Amino acid sequence: MSTILNAFAEAGALLASFDADFLAIVGLSLRVSLTAVLIACLIGFPLGAAVALFRFPGRGAVTLMLNTFMGLPPVVVGLLVFLILSRSGPLGVLGLLFTPTAMIIAQAILVTPIIAALTRQIVEDLWREYSDHLRSLDARPLDTLGTLIYDARFSLSTAVLAGFGRAIAEVGAVMIVGGNIDHATRVMTTAIALETSKGNLATALGLGIVLLVLALAVTASVQVINAIGARKAAIA
Amino acid sequence: MVVRLACLLAALMLAAPFAAAQGTPLTLASTTSTENSGLLGNILPRFTKDTGIPIRVVAVGTGAALNLGRSGDADILLVHAREDEDAFVAAGYGAFRRNVMFNDFVIVGPNDDPAGIRTQKDAASAFASIAASKSVFVSRADNSGTHKAELRIWKSAREDPVTASGRWYKESGSGMGATLNLSAGLNAYTLSDRGTWMSFRNRGDLDIMFEGDPPLNNPYGVILVNPARHPHIQAEDAKKFIAWLTGPQGQAAIGAFRISGEQLFFPIAAQP
Amino acid sequence: MSAPQTILPLEVRQLVFEANSTRLLHDINLSLTAGQRTVILGPNGAGKSLLLRLCHGLLRPTSGDINWRGTGTRDRAIRHQAMVFQRPVMLRRTAHANITHTLKIRGVARTERRERADAALALAGLSGLADLPARLMSGGEQQRLALARAWVTEPEVLFLDEPTASLDPAATRAVETLIEGFHAAGTKIIMATHDLGQARRLADEVVFLNKGRLVEFSNAERFFEGPETEDGRAFITGDLLW
Repeated sequence: MSTILNAFAEAGALLASFDADFLAIVGLSLRVSLTAVLIACLIGFPLGAAVALFRFPGRGAVTLMLNTFMGLPPVVVGLLVFLILSRSGPLGVLGLLFTPTAMIIAQAILVTPIIAALTRQIVEDLWREYSDHLRSLDARPLDTLGTLIYDARFSLSTAVLAGFGRAIAEVGAVMIVGGNIDHATRVMTTAIALETSKGNLATALGLGIVLLVLALAVTASVQVINAIGARKAAIA
Repeated sequence: MVVRLACLLAALMLAAPFAAAQGTPLTLASTTSTENSGLLGNILPRFTKDTGIPIRVVAVGTGAALNLGRSGDADILLVHAREDEDAFVAAGYGAFRRNVMFNDFVIVGPNDDPAGIRTQKDAASAFASIAASKSVFVSRADNSGTHKAELRIWKSAREDPVTASGRWYKESGSGMGATLNLSAGLNAYTLSDRGTWMSFRNRGDLDIMFEGDPPLNNPYGVILVNPARHPHIQAEDAKKFIAWLTGPQGQAAIGAFRISGEQLFFPIAAQP
Repeated sequence: MSAPQTILPLEVRQLVFEANSTRLLHDINLSLTAGQRTVILGPNGAGKSLLLRLCHGLLRPTSGDINWRGTGTRDRAIRHQAMVFQRPVMLRRTAHANITHTLKIRGVARTERRERADAALALAGLSGLADLPARLMSGGEQQRLALARAWVTEPEVLFLDEPTASLDPAATRAVETLIEGFHAAGTKIIMATHDLGQARRLADEVVFLNKGRLVEFSNAERFFEGPETEDGRAFITGDLLW
């Protein structure tokens, strides 16, 4: 019990300290996960929308795959990316292993199926409503995709948050491909794992609380932006 | 909107290589014992200050560190499993190996010492009495240097605890810290390097129950990953590091490192 | 309207449409020419909406042909047509953006879009609501916006599927005025309705459907004075047939 209470004190102290090392870890966490989510959106939005819109052979299989890959184990993705980026792997020459870029790649792979699968569902629902109008306009496939993604933007933000939650919270993949290198690839979750392994349970939990506050801040700002935007566009 | 997203993305992606590229750092694959105890955090900045060469540490078990060397993902290894190290160099994965330092292992266990190992004369008989009393023992079981040292002691005690795996012999498959957390939770015996134990904060009822027997010595070696196999290895800088670590400055830094006033690592570069 | 007269007349030959192996339209033959306002009349379930959608190209016939002059297929023709639905599809954007979206899809340069959307909104009497989210507008306003959105595409043929079915009389009048405006500008009107009064006000010719069959196709005056068929008479006297 005292450990849990100490954790809140630790979390408060960390937040109040503005310690440079600590802020660097927070900053890297945000940078890696936000970039990964951004990439996942650039791939997942069009991919999910395309699966929702177009009839093609194997469409059922793709949907099944997207839904299954929403639950990809981070460790497996991490291992896969590790093997690919390893000096002995196919992309070894790039020298990306143990860099933030490698962490971004791994998290983007984790998050893309989540965004694509949720996008498919959301866009399919909107397409049911819009199809008469867009087909009457004889809109080209790309214009149709663009219209649906843009008009679904408020619902899609939920998908983005789901993806961000997954990225910022996972430790398995970034630990393997990042290596938890101090001042280089250490993020919130790997720092928590490290403190736990040192037996500094209160510090570890304190970092966890900070992570939660961080996620809360990101989610809240998206929701506020959303609420303002939705009122403007009258989504109701 | 798309343009704005693309700009943001480009900025974030570009920031990544820049952040990493303050001179290409050396990659040192080492063990959790050297990193978690704070030793590397203490001495590496001195090396960078002396030479201007940045260095980064990937802390894994000895087995995993050797694998990173094999695949060329590290320039230098700082590990502790002498037989494996020699085999690594003999197989051509490593260019050469040098002695660096030693610390020692301790047998940690519950204060009331249910197996009565405090009074045993050597490590082997301590392990034997743990097995005989079927007291709970947590093994790293992760191919690390500590795990290999543990298996050597079991062998010399003529015990095969793996047959009791899942009963009194628990295989954690994790690093030293996780294994100590598990041992504290189970109130169990385990073998730990002294450095990790010293800096470990979640001890519960555990304490050092046995120490000081020569088989518990834990020598560390440094290996240059063979640049002939992996041309991208930064051999020049790596050699400078090895020379520094085994030379007077590095050896003095190792000897001066203390936790709670206690010396943990003893320089032995002079020995063959 | 400046659109060149290229796709009329519309020739419908032996058109059959089935869904789930139920025949919903039987052997429709029809020839529609420019200039006339065509009203498709009939009770609920007669197949009016289906016929419109098939002609517009939103549905594919089970058998038979729908030929627009000079094309033979829908693919070229649909770009010269527009359709307004009973429940208008409103994009989650402002009224103005609903129109510029259509212009963008039709490849109108960005610099031109704003001006043309302003003009269309003014035409529909919606200038004051330009920045209102379309989905917050009333039913009548939404339908007028849908017509303004159709207007900017300068269609040669305008399909209307029960455009006033859920509107009050004032809103209905406003929509009918806009439809007259399309007609005056030379757009061919093809409208489905089950509202006899509306048909009398707007129709030049009547296509009377019942139970998926074309029952009568005649000049509006003649149809309303004395339908040639039993079903037609029953319909205009209000003895709705089922």
